[in-house]
Amino acid sequence: MYNQTEIIKDTTDLGPEGELVINMGPQHPATHGVLHLVVTLNGETIKKIEPHLGYIHRSIEKMCESLTYRQFIYVTSRMDYLSSHINNLGCALLIEKGMQIEVPERAKYIRVILSELTRIASHELWLGAMAMDLGAFTPFFYTFREREMITEIMEETCGARLTMNYIVPGGVMYDIHPNFQKKVKAFIKQFKEKVTEFEDLVTNNVIFQSRTKGIGILSAEDAISFGCTGPVARASGVRCDIRKLYPYDVYDKVEFDEVIETAGDSFARYIVRVKEMNQSIRIIEQLIDSIPEGDFVGKTKNVLKLPKGEFYTRVETARGEFGVFIVSEGGTNPYRIKFRSPGFSNLSALNHMAAGSKIGDLMATMGTLDLVIPDIDR
Amino acid sequence: MFSLEGITTAVQDWLFIKFNPTLALAIECVIVILLAITLFAGLGLVLVLMERKVAARIQIRLGPNRVGPGGMFQTVADTLKLIMKEGLTPDSADKFLFNLAPFIVMMVAMLLLAPIAFAKNFQIWDINIGVLYISAISSLSVIGILMAGWASNNKYSLLGAMRSGAQIVSYELSAGLAVLTIVVLTGSLQISEIIAAQQNGWWIFKGHIPAVIAFVIFIIAVTAETNRAPFDLAEAESELTAGFHTEYSGMKFALFFLAEYINIFIVCAIGATLFLGGWMPLHIGSWEAFNHIMDYIPSSVWFMGKTFFLIFVIMWFRWTFPRLRIDQLLNLEWKYLLPISLLNLLLVAVIAILGWHF
Repeated sequence: MYNQTEIIKDTTDLGPEGELVINMGPQHPATHGVLHLVVTLNGETIKKIEPHLGYIHRSIEKMCESLTYRQFIYVTSRMDYLSSHINNLGCALLIEKGMQIEVPERAKYIRVILSELTRIASHELWLGAMAMDLGAFTPFFYTFREREMITEIMEETCGARLTMNYIVPGGVMYDIHPNFQKKVKAFIKQFKEKVTEFEDLVTNNVIFQSRTKGIGILSAEDAISFGCTGPVARASGVRCDIRKLYPYDVYDKVEFDEVIETAGDSFARYIVRVKEMNQSIRIIEQLIDSIPEGDFVGKTKNVLKLPKGEFYTRVETARGEFGVFIVSEGGTNPYRIKFRSPGFSNLSALNHMAAGSKIGDLMATMGTLDLVIPDIDR
Repeated sequence: MFSLEGITTAVQDWLFIKFNPTLALAIECVIVILLAITLFAGLGLVLVLMERKVAARIQIRLGPNRVGPGGMFQTVADTLKLIMKEGLTPDSADKFLFNLAPFIVMMVAMLLLAPIAFAKNFQIWDINIGVLYISAISSLSVIGILMAGWASNNKYSLLGAMRSGAQIVSYELSAGLAVLTIVVLTGSLQISEIIAAQQNGWWIFKGHIPAVIAFVIFIIAVTAETNRAPFDLAEAESELTAGFHTEYSGMKFALFFLAEYINIFIVCAIGATLFLGGWMPLHIGSWEAFNHIMDYIPSSVWFMGKTFFLIFVIMWFRWTFPRLRIDQLLNLEWKYLLPISLLNLLLVAVIAILGWHF
């Protein structure tokens, strides 16, 4: 209905007296957590956004230094709680790479299936929450209906619904539940039936499209320079899917497409995530019937010691590239650990994307960035 | 046949026999006031529960089902809680205006009850400029909202109030023009005459396509005027926390909350009266038997049925659509609804002059 450049022109260069500074957060319905945005407004138009972090900083990186290589994985579940499996997987992959631990095929299959289920669950939650940011409450309940099935699968197999600690160096902690395959297939069936509901309720809605198309545009160059990854960068046309570029576990054996959109606006980010859910379903379908028999965890020593040196791995979480960097002195716990969380880099682009638009657009932009605050603060 | 008309005439006759006319009128006033307040409280409770149940059905869940059978007393419990809560006034607020605002919003809603015909000959005040009165009074509620937003001394409240001001003032135009089409067709501003004109068919059927267009515009405009989703920008939860009533708590918040639901009832009642024949039963041309059966349904049931149907439609909107942005909202009004309703009014005038309506 309008293009953004027009609005930017409208941002009159009033002096400080024309400005209205509001604090969005740390307690605000739209920030989904304790993010604090200092928003400078000129009427309804945003002039500047300044994110203030640190409200949920738990010094996880420092904590990990005093934990052993087996223990520190569990802490990472509490960072990006919506993709805890994938965080765990990243850490496990690093230790396996550093110590040359052989992972059984069965464990690799299970890990990939669970990662993809996590990705779907995360995207489902994001879809509902984003629709709620735009004022539609109903999609939230529809997405949670499917998400609940995934959570139940996780509960049976991993023993937890949110912060799963299932992946260990060398494989997985237990074997999958006997119902696992049956339930995953039931989920796939229901998901395929119900995914059209979102199309009707959200994607094809005129108001939703006018609220998201052309809003919060991020060009490919900017996406790269801000370090954006995941669906945010892919919506701007940047190829950055770690599963394709640096396949880990059995991602090189399955067929799936890297979803790329070029518009770079909120609607493109929405579409990328919806299509990604379908790709995840495709991956699960290829693997679920062919989980090989055998051990679910490889042989490892009781006490893990990484050799002296620096190690880095990356995995693709639901939000983007999650990197683990460890400096080891050869002891039982890491000397220094650094996590590269996707949310932090994605948040840094917010000011660039939303300045010059309306308050309502900030919700559409922030909603499609899919921020998880404990992931940003750590 | 049961009718409210009989009760009102009996009471009036009895009063005027027993007392002198002045006293009888005074007693009548008191009765009407009490009835209005009771209706107010009752409607608030019913509508809040209805909204929650409708929302629950749309969102594949059950809704309130713990307090009383089927959650019937949930709103009673909520109201009790709100009454007992402390009504906080922020330190930096303009205390007088802050405390006055909820009452203004409430009073406007109450005043609007006067010209509504709840059943055959059951109306508080059949003023001869009924429609004009409704348009005039309903636009006053924006003063209460602006007052609340300004006096709270909160930036979110202020933004919400400003949005609300822009929105209500704009959509008042379309709503007014939609109402005018019916006035043109009827040739009267009096509510009772507008209803009487729909004896042999409701305006939405008799007025050809222009009446339908006017009805659709009316529904859109009143949804915006009552600050309901998808036009709930004044209290846009994800943007402005709660908009103009962010700082209100306890009973003062409850008054805003109640006024919102009473306003929905009133605009739907007006819509039902103007377009769907008010308490008039559904009559189809010369189907004598059918018309007689319809006449046996009490007029109050007809009125409430139509009103609650419209309320359901407005609730349906809320739980289906995302919210518009402020500039899209104003674009919709000034660039689409207003020109269309102006043209529509012209069309209706032609129809009325040439006598094309049935």
